[in-house]
Amino acid sequence: MSLWSYANPVRFMGATRPLVPILGAVAGVCLVLGLAWGFFFTPDDYRQGSTVKIIYLHVPAALMAINAWFMMLVASLVWLVRRHHVSALAARAAAPVGLTMTLIALVTGAVWGQPMWGTWWAWDPRLTAFLILFLFYLGYIALWEAVEEPDAAADLTSVLCLVGSVFAVLSRYAVNFWNQGLHQGASLSLDAETNVADVFYYPLLVCIAGFVALFGALVLLRTRTEIRARRLHVLRLRERMADA
Amino acid sequence: MIRLVTRDLALAVRAGGGFGLGLAFFLVVTVLVPFGVGPEAAILGPIAPGILWIGALLACLLSLDRVFALDREDGALDLLATAPLPMEGIALAKAAAHWLSTGLPLSLAAAPLGVLLSLPWPGHLWLALSLLMGTPALSLIGTFGAALTVGLRRGGPLLSLLVLPLYVPTLVFGADVARRGAAGLDPATPLALLGAVTLGCLAGLPFAAAAALRVSIR
Repeated sequence: MSLWSYANPVRFMGATRPLVPILGAVAGVCLVLGLAWGFFFTPDDYRQGSTVKIIYLHVPAALMAINAWFMMLVASLVWLVRRHHVSALAARAAAPVGLTMTLIALVTGAVWGQPMWGTWWAWDPRLTAFLILFLFYLGYIALWEAVEEPDAAADLTSVLCLVGSVFAVLSRYAVNFWNQGLHQGASLSLDAETNVADVFYYPLLVCIAGFVALFGALVLLRTRTEIRARRLHVLRLRERMADA
Repeated sequence: MIRLVTRDLALAVRAGGGFGLGLAFFLVVTVLVPFGVGPEAAILGPIAPGILWIGALLACLLSLDRVFALDREDGALDLLATAPLPMEGIALAKAAAHWLSTGLPLSLAAAPLGVLLSLPWPGHLWLALSLLMGTPALSLIGTFGAALTVGLRRGGPLLSLLVLPLYVPTLVFGADVARRGAAGLDPATPLALLGAVTLGCLAGLPFAAAAALRVSIR
């Protein structure tokens, strides 16, 4: 019994059927709890005032935007190496979710930037890198939509995902070249000595857990839909063959 | 492989090959910029390297959808696929032909066009050098994009959407070389990084393009 046995669509569908509502419930509870805790029961920051509270949406969304691309990269590699259809469909299912997370991170960042930096947008390395990530998501989704033959589409998008990952990382460090930028450094890392203060830290962790669960639930749901759509497509083809 | 390059070059230079088209496009874009931002040298000078780089990049993009599409239409691509030359070699030869027919003339034309945009003097040389070093990467990336979209009926707009984000690192470093050169600063660091991008593309992208081509003509 290994992870690979879930590459079988029937087993995948069976295993994920109960998982989607569970993850959805976890996401709902965590988000309601974390956001309510963060918005109403934490003090204002002494410099940023109440605008600090956007961290509970901005940071988890940005985190998931990058992790979604990373998940697509792994799923694409699995498809290219082992030819499991579920993997290719999972990569396809994750893309719009990642795109939305990127958009949330960009918009919440702009909303926070207006009172804090005095501008909605600045060509700061981190912001620019996210905008480029957004464009990569758009191109990836557009390529999936454009290719009609499903296996060819999976192959081409996987190759694009691999090459795109290299160029996304390259762009991230290329734009560093301009200047250091406005965006503060990482405020959450496992190896740093000082993170954000504990009052903000714990609700933020709950929100991150909520976003992870939300992402998992949405991707599983969309993957199940893709598998069903694929089955429907095959059934239609078979019907047409029987008619002819 | 050399034969393939010379054949593609001949096809590009002859009538209807679009050889002059990219150059003319570059010229028109450059001429339009002063109409948009005003003719003052104080405004044009600082933005000239970036404008010329973007113009060259768009001119490169213009001829990309012809890289494989024509060969696909008349069946030459299928013949090439069965030839003893590996697919990676075909991708590389196509990229080389594309660079010789667009990137090289664009790099040579950029320095005179810099005069039109009142680029400060030593900037011309750095601009030409950065384009000379950077446009091979543009051709290689573009060939990869063209290989991804060759099987599609309307691949043109999609091709630009896929390729333009991939152009970011090349553009950042290339324009920075020209900008620093024009400002009299030392452009060695971005120049080295630009060379690294180009060499990295040269080493890796023919394989990716070949993988995409194999899928597209399957």
